[in-house]
Amino acid sequence: MKRAGFSTRWLPLLLLLPQLAIIAVFFYWPAIVALHASFYLQDPFGFGSTFVGLDNYTSLLGSSQYRRVAVFTLIFTLLVTVFALALALLLAVKADKVLRGAKTYRTLLMWVYAVAPPVAGFIAVILFNQSWGPLTEVFMLFGHTYMVGVNFNDTAFAMILASVWKQVPVNFIFFLSALQSIPRSVREAALIDNRSASGRFWDVTFPLLAPTGFFLMIINITYALFETFGIVDTVVKGEPGNNPMTLVYKVYVDGFRGNDLGGSSAQSVILMVLVLALTVFQFRLLERRIHYT
Amino acid sequence: MARITLASVAATLAMTSAATAQTEIDLWHAMGGALGETVNAIAEDFNASQDEVVLTPVFKGTYEETLTAGIAAFRAGEQPNIMQVFDAGAATVIGAEGATIPVQDLLAENGVDFDIEDYISGVRYFYADSDGKMIGMPFNSSSPIMYYNKDALDAAGVTPPETWEEFAETTAPALAEAGYIPLAQSHLPWIFTENFMSRHNLPFATNDNGYDGNDTKILVNNDAIKAHFSALTDWQDAGYFKWYGTGWGDNQTPFEEGKVAIWLGSSGSFGGLAQKDLGFDFSATFLPYWEAVTTEPKQTFIGGAALFAMSGHSAEENAATAKFFEFLTSPETQYFWHKETGYVPITEAAYELAQDDGHYERMPAAEVGIQQLSLPAGENTRGYRMGFYVQIRDVMNREYGRILTGETSVQDAFQTIETEANQLLERFAKTQG
Repeated sequence: MKRAGFSTRWLPLLLLLPQLAIIAVFFYWPAIVALHASFYLQDPFGFGSTFVGLDNYTSLLGSSQYRRVAVFTLIFTLLVTVFALALALLLAVKADKVLRGAKTYRTLLMWVYAVAPPVAGFIAVILFNQSWGPLTEVFMLFGHTYMVGVNFNDTAFAMILASVWKQVPVNFIFFLSALQSIPRSVREAALIDNRSASGRFWDVTFPLLAPTGFFLMIINITYALFETFGIVDTVVKGEPGNNPMTLVYKVYVDGFRGNDLGGSSAQSVILMVLVLALTVFQFRLLERRIHYT
Repeated sequence: MARITLASVAATLAMTSAATAQTEIDLWHAMGGALGETVNAIAEDFNASQDEVVLTPVFKGTYEETLTAGIAAFRAGEQPNIMQVFDAGAATVIGAEGATIPVQDLLAENGVDFDIEDYISGVRYFYADSDGKMIGMPFNSSSPIMYYNKDALDAAGVTPPETWEEFAETTAPALAEAGYIPLAQSHLPWIFTENFMSRHNLPFATNDNGYDGNDTKILVNNDAIKAHFSALTDWQDAGYFKWYGTGWGDNQTPFEEGKVAIWLGSSGSFGGLAQKDLGFDFSATFLPYWEAVTTEPKQTFIGGAALFAMSGHSAEENAATAKFFEFLTSPETQYFWHKETGYVPITEAAYELAQDDGHYERMPAAEVGIQQLSLPAGENTRGYRMGFYVQIRDVMNREYGRILTGETSVQDAFQTIETEANQLLERFAKTQG
């Protein structure tokens, strides 16, 4: 077999250069600066600084507040990922069966994708307005005085709802196209073997969706960890107080609001390590169980 | 409003065409909405008043965002001539000696008369160093005051409470009886912590409230304030007090809707409230105090923000900045600012001008802020200077929220605030080393 290759050694490097340059400028360089800054306590204006070794890390790990935020982030990420995936899958399976007006349904379901996270957060703020929010009134019917911004769980619910709502369309698009790429012959064969629709779904369709599902799970975890920033920011109105926040939002609160560069750098290094560990875990352990066709 | 916008467009056009021989300076501020329009109007008036300097005001978002933008710009050597920094950020900007030119030096070097005694007593030393030299020019100065719904108080047959004892025993039960939520407030760290200390003349931190050094310890964990927060939780249970979260507006809205009878807000809220069609008459008076703590209540701190002249600019531009400060502190400009926004005039002369013009006869509530700032001073009423104070406020907001939602006790919350605030202060001291 003829092996395709480059005639010189320099051409591939040259072609890689733009991408490498972008990664270097937007990832490696800031990452190194953050790592360096995490060992210092420095005056925000850049006048004084003291080398403090691992102090920034030890004080974070010893802080009960940091642990609270970490635990919340974990629960938040889990709930957002599970619900965003489950709802999208349900909608995709149903949309796949629709024959008349299918395009219209699909377009309507995808629309939300175009909404920016802060806007999604703002919609949640309006829906849960303390005095006239429609969803606040719904909760009132069930005897619960819903107080977003006051009650920790109420605020958390508003954040999770907005985050799930915002992410469902992306998952929907991927699941739907995955469903449509399942060969007709496979489905027909399954129909002969198993009369129960749910049985067919779990035995045949679901495993075939696994590669897509795995990919989406990674995307969703990353989304819940990082991209929900805009939603968190609008729901807490920039003043977290006793409200829940995610780890990324805390980096912003301490670094950009509080001007604690050392402490917030240490937090971003911890997040970087977390994401690295997560990625390794996902690809090493989970991907083995996924079969690509 | 449309008129001002058109005018500012015209002014911008005029600026760009005539900018050649003029010194251009910029001002980064955090005044949004109607306040921003007023800042633009002042800049226009300044630009029209002379033809050597052109000032461009730039809105940079919230106070925190403005400070962060200014710091980032400074590190990149692109800092504005003037930057607005709020009370909680004062330690950061004043601690970074060399980042700013003390306003007192700037004015002296450029031949502008400066006498700290010209300023009203409450604003003199908040943005000063430990020797009393003014570093930042107080700009939008406000203080927490007590607004009340006159109709509600009349219906309940009570007068605005002077003390918290009176509130608890007389005012609140009558207002609750009349169907109102008696009390709400908009900023627990500012109103019920910082100014609680000032009003009762209690020390807020060691080192003379932090002015005299970096090894400062916070003194927030004291019996007077813990008793106050215990009273708040009792009032909350009795329906005398309601907390609507950390957001400022969430607590102000129920007052505007007529549900809450007494609301503690900023003297700078006055302009906004007066413009709204509230459906009831409102007025304002001094912040109540605990008679059990003191029988001689003192003045409060100024809140709001100050303008800092950033270093690293040419002598010509610094002279232009001094010129703007001179214009800004003139009685006419101060009176205009005071009248439009409700922020207090910072000089005695401007205050007199407002009095002579009959402003307070037309709107008595507009005078409350400045009167409260002019109450007798005590040894602890000058202000406070603590590093990482934005984060200390975050800790307070978090713990106060947890007290008021029943997640923690007053005792534990203040213990946590003390511990975490002292850790932050210790960390801040290291950033200065």
